[in-house]
Amino acid sequence: MSDTYALYNSTVMDHFMNPRNMGDIRDADGVGEVGAAACGDIMKISLKIKDGRIEDARFKTFGCGSAIASSSMATELIKGRSIDEAMNFSNQEVVDALGGLPPVKIHCSVLAEEALKAALEDYIKKHPEKAALAAEAAPIGQIVHAT
Amino acid sequence: MRSVFLDHQSSTPVLPEVFEAMRPYFTEAFGNPSSLHQHGLRVREAMKTARQQMAALIGAESEEEIFFTSDGTESSNLAIKGVAYANERRGKHLVLSATEHPSVLNSVEFLEKQGWSYTKVPVDAEGLIRVADVSTAITAQTVLVAVHHVNHDIGTIQPIADVGRICAEKGVPLYVDCEASAGWLPVNVKDFGAALISFSPHRFYGPKGVGVLYRNKKARIVSILHGGVQEGGRRAGTENVPAIVGGGVAAEFARREMAGRTAHCARLQKRLWEGLKGAIPYLKFNGPAPGPNRSPLNLNLSTEFIEGEGQLLLCDLNGIAVASGSSCVSKSLKISHVLAAIGLDHALAQGNIIMTLGKDNTDADVDYVVESFARIVTKLRGMSPMWDEFERGIIDSVIAPTGRGKSFSEHAASVSGKSAH
Repeated sequence: MSDTYALYNSTVMDHFMNPRNMGDIRDADGVGEVGAAACGDIMKISLKIKDGRIEDARFKTFGCGSAIASSSMATELIKGRSIDEAMNFSNQEVVDALGGLPPVKIHCSVLAEEALKAALEDYIKKHPEKAALAAEAAPIGQIVHAT
Repeated sequence: MRSVFLDHQSSTPVLPEVFEAMRPYFTEAFGNPSSLHQHGLRVREAMKTARQQMAALIGAESEEEIFFTSDGTESSNLAIKGVAYANERRGKHLVLSATEHPSVLNSVEFLEKQGWSYTKVPVDAEGLIRVADVSTAITAQTVLVAVHHVNHDIGTIQPIADVGRICAEKGVPLYVDCEASAGWLPVNVKDFGAALISFSPHRFYGPKGVGVLYRNKKARIVSILHGGVQEGGRRAGTENVPAIVGGGVAAEFARREMAGRTAHCARLQKRLWEGLKGAIPYLKFNGPAPGPNRSPLNLNLSTEFIEGEGQLLLCDLNGIAVASGSSCVSKSLKISHVLAAIGLDHALAQGNIIMTLGKDNTDADVDYVVESFARIVTKLRGMSPMWDEFERGIIDSVIAPTGRGKSFSEHAASVSGKSAH
């Protein structure tokens, strides 16, 4: 075929076909699994956290191409961030890093944000002492941009 | 890479003979059929031939019972609104099945806003209506019954002749949407007892841009497009002559080659399903088993633990064109209303894939699809938390329950905070 046409842009297709950080972390420090009420997709993110920073992030997704790409990109973006930075993570970062998603697929990036936050909450629940430090370091609502 | 088109329900390529037949009607025979000079009369004659070819395909008595529209959606809009408006004084109630095409469902819902009411007849787990339910639904106010012949999603063949008998007894016209069957399965206006039938040549190797509506002269209908008196005053607007001519030729070929095409597809349908079933665990065949109640073209599958759009995309990247009724594929984020109507578990509806065969598919195509699809499913299951959780006994399979773990739906509800569709 000389011409190929794509449903999504090349970045999204790349993350769908060659997802980064796909899998589960054994002995994860935090695991979040969330479902989208809108469409029925399910996303799971597991985190390895060391010295207040996300050392590793992995995902598994039951969902469409853009859900898989969103979770792949989200795990790429959050690796190396501190807990408080990650708590301020926004789905818009995923959308921007993917070079945009069709309007009907924006909720896939929201699901990635929710899965990440659920994983962080799981971590904080298990380590309440770390949460206090994180809250001190970054007031809730602070907007953090990717570097 | 091999290219395998398995979406013949969406459209088919135009036959070379059809294309050749259409060609002069773009250039030298360009006249408007409403014109009274040679240019108009010439194309009028060609349209008459096409009307006869369409009438022959469905056993209509006269070509005068054939109206040309722009496509299937326009045909069903005209059938439903045209009959409803023409019979407004008689009654304002319609009966339809729950698994009609959106052009039927949405036309009826449009009428509801204008004061009509309707009764939706449910279907069973295989998508079949009960004729007795149609009979019960008909009231003294009913002006039209709409039941499709073959379902566009799951290939269920409805007991149309029985519905036709009920409608004849009660004196209510029956509209049969034959978009998924005409040109492939015998469609006969008398056997069906149908007052109206619609079909589209692009579903059987004809061009897009033309739809056909058969209307028995006894059924009253008014135009819903207002303008000139084309198509006996029932459909204003200049006719798409090249498409009509090509559609007629496609109908002629479909009538002559129907038995061979159908047998070929039925054989491939069996080979494809048996191949997939043998290669992929936790795969469900939706709708009636291949046989008298199912279209020989259609395979509607649910691959458990993975979602349909991902399967569709990976199929496409492997040169295989398929469709899906998953919510992720729909712009409304809702699963196919047909899958909802047959009560398919949400997890299985999300994993839906629709493959529809055609006359040019081969054994080698089918074998390639089986081999590729098995790889695609393995890849996506490896990425799915549901597959992992199933293997660890946290959730159970809907297709082959092991008795361990909770259902996918319960699990999905607990992680999304809301129950699935």
